[in-house]
Amino acid sequence: MIRLRGVCKSFGRNRVLAGVDLSVERGESLVIIGGSGTGKSVLLKCILGLVHPDAGTITVAGQPALTGGPGREAFLDRFGMLFQGGALFDSLPVWQNVAFRLLRGARKRPRDEARALAIDKLRRVGLKPEVADLFPAELSGGMQKRVSLARAIAAEPEIIFFDEPTTGLDPIMAGVINDLIREVVTEMGATAMTITHDMTSVRAIADKVAMLHGGVIRWCGPIAEMDRTDDPYVAQFIHGRAEGPIATVR
Amino acid sequence: MTIAPPLAGIGRVVLAGLADLGRIARFAASALGHLVRPPFYPREFLSALLQIGWFSLPVVGMTALFTGGALALQIYAGGARFSAEAVVPSITAIGMVRELGPVLGGLMVAARVASSIAAEMGTMKVTEQIDALVTLSTHPMKYLTVPRILAATLAVPVLVAAGDSIGILGGYLVGVTKLGFNPATYLANTRAYLEVFDVISGLMKGAAFGFIIALCGCYYGMNSGRGAQGVGAATKSAVVAASVLILATNYLLTEVFFSA
Repeated sequence: MIRLRGVCKSFGRNRVLAGVDLSVERGESLVIIGGSGTGKSVLLKCILGLVHPDAGTITVAGQPALTGGPGREAFLDRFGMLFQGGALFDSLPVWQNVAFRLLRGARKRPRDEARALAIDKLRRVGLKPEVADLFPAELSGGMQKRVSLARAIAAEPEIIFFDEPTTGLDPIMAGVINDLIREVVTEMGATAMTITHDMTSVRAIADKVAMLHGGVIRWCGPIAEMDRTDDPYVAQFIHGRAEGPIATVR
Repeated sequence: MTIAPPLAGIGRVVLAGLADLGRIARFAASALGHLVRPPFYPREFLSALLQIGWFSLPVVGMTALFTGGALALQIYAGGARFSAEAVVPSITAIGMVRELGPVLGGLMVAARVASSIAAEMGTMKVTEQIDALVTLSTHPMKYLTVPRILAATLAVPVLVAAGDSIGILGGYLVGVTKLGFNPATYLANTRAYLEVFDVISGLMKGAAFGFIIALCGCYYGMNSGRGAQGVGAATKSAVVAASVLILATNYLLTEVFFSA
């Protein structure tokens, strides 16, 4: 479904991606792990065309990823994205944030229908209907994250990216979100790419795990093999050890 | 030897300014391209019209009222040196309509609106809201920039017209209550010497200033640096650039409209 070959990206002298090769199959849930600042979010943004890679190729369903031009909107219609900080629109109430795609463009629906759908999605992420008419600034960080998740899945896209979906949530709500992501992949048949540092989430969400380190995919394999691998980088990361090949001062 | 570093510094500033101007021009061309191509967002346009037009009316009105009054006092004081006090109504009206209404109105709207647009968009950029718009298949230029530019271009001439009227009223109030003018004569003199083109030229200036204000707000907001400092710098740059461009454009348009 998604293929990356030799993707490179530098910001000034900082080479963030140094030739990333990665494949995600249709309906598969891939989790990308790696230290902070290793370019995981940049990788997702390269696929979406929010960041332009310096080199390499990215294809989605066999077609080159479109970073502009007339087919760009249709290309983006296939994606949903949960941003690390939520990225909710301050000027719109919660339900209009969730139903943003359903209120305009190719997927436009009547306002009442869009609102009902937004409330349904809010319920799925554990939020009451009363939240629908509040503004993002009136919500806690965890609630904002869940609203953002509801927005990402509202239009039932084929491919969903989750950037640290459980950061800032309590363990119970993190569990709810993990289950929901798993459910979205299983029931909707969506292809998911998730970035997380939370190893509980990794085990709950992933079919396949990839570790990004030094600008390349250091290790990639099925979740069942993650704990058995003898790769010292993966072992240090998943066990959270200070000692190991990954420098603690970066 | 000693003058080289200061000259190099001036050169760098000039080159940076010209490069910025070029980028703003390219941004303007892109905005105009999106202005005529669907999709259009009427709800966002109406919201921008309300924010930029209606909510700027008090500040533009107050500015015009006091400026009109002060202008009448100055013209009276200056005219008295040549026994030409009678020109107060006509010069106040012409001065307000041709110059002070559009320029002061434009500067006040620049302070209020360019800063607000730049801060809002800058915050949207640093909190990834603009990236989120893109992933929701919505072009930020169409959804954020075009409605604001269109609204400001249409709203500022209306504000200028209101400002002109209030400014003339300010001059009238001072003329009648303080300078001893007969109310009917004051109004008759105002009408007698004011030409339609005086008003139209002011409104055209207003449209140009509105375009500049929203353009600078959107450009600097969209290109804001990271964090609170980045948003603050973008806001400051938007107001400074809009103000300077308004004054420069005012000179150019005055040259075009009124040079013999």
